[in-house]
Amino acid sequence: MKPFDNGCIATNSSRGVATSSAKPTTSVPSSIATKMKIDRSPVKQIAKKPALTNGHVVNHNHNNHVIKPKTKVDLQRVEVKRREQRKRAGESFEECTLWDAFCTYLCYAVLVLVGYVNDLVRPRTATEQNRDGYVPLYASFESFYTRHVYRRVRDCWNMPVGSVPGKYITLLERESKDYGWTFNMTGKKVHCINLGSYNYLGFAENHGTCAEAAIKAVREQGVGTCSPRKELGNAHHLDELDQLVARFVGSEAAITCAMGFATNSMNIPAILNKGCLVLSDEKNHASIILGLRLSRATIRVFKHNNMRSLEKRLREGIVNGQPRTHLPWEKIFIVIEGVYSMEGSVVRLPEILALKRKYGAYVYLDEAHSIGAMGPNGRGVIDYWGCNPKDVDVLMGTFTKSFGSAGGYIAGSKELITLLRRGSHAHAYGTAMSPPVAQQILTSMKMIMGEDGTDEGVKKIRQLARNSRYFRQKLKQAGFIVYGNDDSPVIPVALYMPTKIAYVVREMIKRGVATVGVGFPATPLVEGRTRFCISASHTKEMLDHALGAMCEIGQQITIRCSRLPIRKEEILYDDSENEDVE
Amino acid sequence: MLNAVLAFIYQNLIEAPSYHLYLEAFLALWLFWLIRQRKKAEKKKRLTQEEEQLIINAWQPKPLVDEEVTNMESYDNGGIWGPITGRPGKTVEIDGEKYLNVATHNYLGLLDSQELDDAAEQCIRRYGVGSCGPRGFYGTVDVHIELEEKIARFLNLEETALYSYGFAAVASAIPSYAKAGDIIFADEQVSYPIQRGLAASRSSIIYFKHNSWENLQEELEKQRETDKKNAKKAKTIRRFCVVEGIYTKSGTMCPLKEVTDLCKQYKVRLFVDESISFGVLGRTGRGLTEHLDVDRKDIDFISGSLEHSCASFGGFIVGPSYVVDHQRISGLGYCFSASLPPLLAGSGIKALEIIEQSPEIIQDVQDKCVYMHQTFMNKLTFFRVTSHELSPLKFLSLVGSKVLAYDVIKDLIEQVIIHVKEHHKIALVQPYYLESEHELPLPSIRVSINRLLTYKEIDSIAAAIEDVSNSINLYDSVISNIPTQFEETKADMIKSYEAYLKWKQQNNGITGKEALEQDEVFEPLEIAEDSAPKKIADLHSRN
Ligand SMILES: Cc1ncc(COP(=O)(O)O)c(C=O)c1O
Repeated sequence: MKPFDNGCIATNSSRGVATSSAKPTTSVPSSIATKMKIDRSPVKQIAKKPALTNGHVVNHNHNNHVIKPKTKVDLQRVEVKRREQRKRAGESFEECTLWDAFCTYLCYAVLVLVGYVNDLVRPRTATEQNRDGYVPLYASFESFYTRHVYRRVRDCWNMPVGSVPGKYITLLERESKDYGWTFNMTGKKVHCINLGSYNYLGFAENHGTCAEAAIKAVREQGVGTCSPRKELGNAHHLDELDQLVARFVGSEAAITCAMGFATNSMNIPAILNKGCLVLSDEKNHASIILGLRLSRATIRVFKHNNMRSLEKRLREGIVNGQPRTHLPWEKIFIVIEGVYSMEGSVVRLPEILALKRKYGAYVYLDEAHSIGAMGPNGRGVIDYWGCNPKDVDVLMGTFTKSFGSAGGYIAGSKELITLLRRGSHAHAYGTAMSPPVAQQILTSMKMIMGEDGTDEGVKKIRQLARNSRYFRQKLKQAGFIVYGNDDSPVIPVALYMPTKIAYVVREMIKRGVATVGVGFPATPLVEGRTRFCISASHTKEMLDHALGAMCEIGQQITIRCSRLPIRKEEILYDDSENEDVE
Repeated sequence: MLNAVLAFIYQNLIEAPSYHLYLEAFLALWLFWLIRQRKKAEKKKRLTQEEEQLIINAWQPKPLVDEEVTNMESYDNGGIWGPITGRPGKTVEIDGEKYLNVATHNYLGLLDSQELDDAAEQCIRRYGVGSCGPRGFYGTVDVHIELEEKIARFLNLEETALYSYGFAAVASAIPSYAKAGDIIFADEQVSYPIQRGLAASRSSIIYFKHNSWENLQEELEKQRETDKKNAKKAKTIRRFCVVEGIYTKSGTMCPLKEVTDLCKQYKVRLFVDESISFGVLGRTGRGLTEHLDVDRKDIDFISGSLEHSCASFGGFIVGPSYVVDHQRISGLGYCFSASLPPLLAGSGIKALEIIEQSPEIIQDVQDKCVYMHQTFMNKLTFFRVTSHELSPLKFLSLVGSKVLAYDVIKDLIEQVIIHVKEHHKIALVQPYYLESEHELPLPSIRVSINRLLTYKEIDSIAAAIEDVSNSINLYDSVISNIPTQFEETKADMIKSYEAYLKWKQQNNGITGKEALEQDEVFEPLEIAEDSAPKKIADLHSRN
């Protein structure tokens, strides 16, 4: 008997629940309760005070895609206009309705219940050998969750890839004969459009300028370095990389590290110390949180992208001083990201910088997902908002995403970088970056800067902006609940239930589109979602194919239930940047 | 259940005497009043807007970077070497000069291997450079799986988790098992990545004396006593022990057999970091477990690095599936970081294949390790070899280190390195440590083995250091820098130096055996229990 060990059952039940969930959300006007719910929705509340204070402003009529004839314009006006446009670019974050939340909890409850019954009827736990009498290695809930919830949807993650993660990706098919405990390769290959990799500018390629340059680096300098830069690992190309990054982001100096995660977790402790207060966005990445924890500074969390919450925490922090002793803080840091990879939101940098000036705090900005991908010149959110890079005290970013390589950097004033060269853990103990990896960054960054003598880079940036806007607007028009900023290349779509996440990922792959599903514990319990990462290498046809597939699936499981007003006019695939600046 | 409780309460209410009820009502009211008073008092204490503003205006942040740092320069490559041009293999080119490279961790000389380059090139032509995603989100390329399986098979264990950076592997793995409230026993000389892992775990850390399993036993016994007092709590406390195969900071070898036995006896889980010893120790390069014949099943996980003997990139955690599988959902550096670039995984696979297929290179490198150890022991008058003879890292510490000031030793050693660079074209390095190290080691010269070195070149390294030490009058500098409170030691050192000079006059040209005798005469200082003499005896027996 194999009653519950079936991933399919979970999916089926989700369909059942999903169809019933359709009622209150789509057939709106009949019930008063739903009306009230809509009234209470954050969308309306915020619409009253759109100026400051909240990341969830919704603004839809900013962008009417009418092509106007281009005339000569004075550059300054263009800049001002662009900036205004950014301010208006809306950010939406619809909250989960009570009903959806209820269904999601129910779904988890069923999974847990089935798990318990399963354990009773036919316990199957991986047991540890020859460790009798030891204290168990894992807390019991943790292993329960992996065994009974995560295992059922395990096939949606860690899929083996057999190609370059470019615009297409080749997945190696797996199958599980024992309901997710183990997998076997079937030997078949599945070709998909890649909407899952962080290949924003399309530099992940196995041929062309970047790849050839990397191969040349392998031939000349080898693969490994076998030494930290502090000892005997520093090479000419690494010094060049440091300088190029500094030039690219517009700061005095920069330092690079061979792993993006380590750039945060191993450099932050060198910058902060015990007498510092850190105000950290609640959605910050694990690497930042680890770095902050290791630094032993006091951490206070503010609501995601919420300026009012930040200001409140700032005031509280200064007024109360350090815990117990009430000594004044040595320094206060605001730690934020440029584009949040799970939310798709863009940090409200001008307001943060205003607060920074008002209270004398320092800003640490992680541009992992925004460097290269945001702004008219690809210089990240600073470029996007038209801010001065010198105003941000610590600029961090990674090369894993837009540059199609690996590693990270920290940029800032000369003094800061000197401090890091002396005290950074990565610099002192971490092996120096591999030559081909460094070369890939050098080549792609120069291309973005236009230093290779072509306009290849600018074209890529434009294409990415166009693709992102088009795809997001189309999804919204189709009634999906899309999170985040209109300009961000990360596009999460809310699904809520774990079963729906699995269903969407599996069905999309069947339709030839690779996407990413994210659920608990990476998101809060009721905020499961799927995420699309747009790349400059995608064409309109590819995006349309993906949209078609998504709409089809959306029809089946009722995830097209956004309560926002839907734009009627057709969404054109155009360079909105140019057209708005007439 | 609920009914029963309600019924019970009701029953009690009815049966209670009335004065009891009054008393309880009064108590409740009083409590309520107290809480209200408290709140009022708090409100009074709260600052007004103006007061808050005053404090905020008065607050002055310190500068982002402290003044003293601002005035300091910081150099890479030890401040001695310019940036490298080309391949840092057996020889390294710096500022147009070629130097013999014994500074980097290229033990097997694989960095010079064409095969690794070929593998990397093939991977770039297939997968590009970056993997553009974490392992969970389309970042698991088939070469990753192949490399993981290869490592697991190589060590005859069940599963491997591959990290994209050697530092991150052990630093992420430890906190994914050990949490607040747990206890970790660690050797006091564990490397910095392990220290970071320990700090991130927030467990209570108990350091035991370096390589002293006796001391570990004492600590375990102490803990057992504490446990007896609170047996219930003890049942929930996980215990771990963390050691390194060959210690990165000292080149000494862990007495793994004894440690393993203790861990079994006290039911402590054991993590072993083989970053240095992987690919060097053991008959076929499978590390310390092979060398000491320890059953790998007794170890919960072994961590390692592909950045040293494999001359590639990345780190790994290998062990039974039950343990390692956990990394894939809760190893922070595993889940939340892009996977290892496929080309580096490709060259890692190639390196492992080379090690697997040609065990003779392991034998070769071990012979050279021992030879280098002997040569340094015999030829160096002013430096003591403190590492194990089989260690690929040789730590040379200056005589008199224990009585000299930290900066003085550092400067003296730097002088030696600079002169060796100038006159002998050999690249030496002084390991760099941060001040936040748990046990800051004394400065030393670190020489790494490279399989491609010839015996003659090894001789020349020793000769170069000896020659430079003599020509810059190193010993005079040492003696003149000894602080006054160590007058006695100073006198001793001078005496033995004179004896040495006399001895040298009599025996022009040092031969191995005589040198050993000389070593005994000339070493009044710092004869630590486990250091030179014992090992010299070992060497004798080997010869
Ligand atoms: C905000 C942020 N910081 C750092 C990182 C880590 O970068 P890497 O993948 O290069 O290790 C990521 C990656 O996911 C990220 O999103």
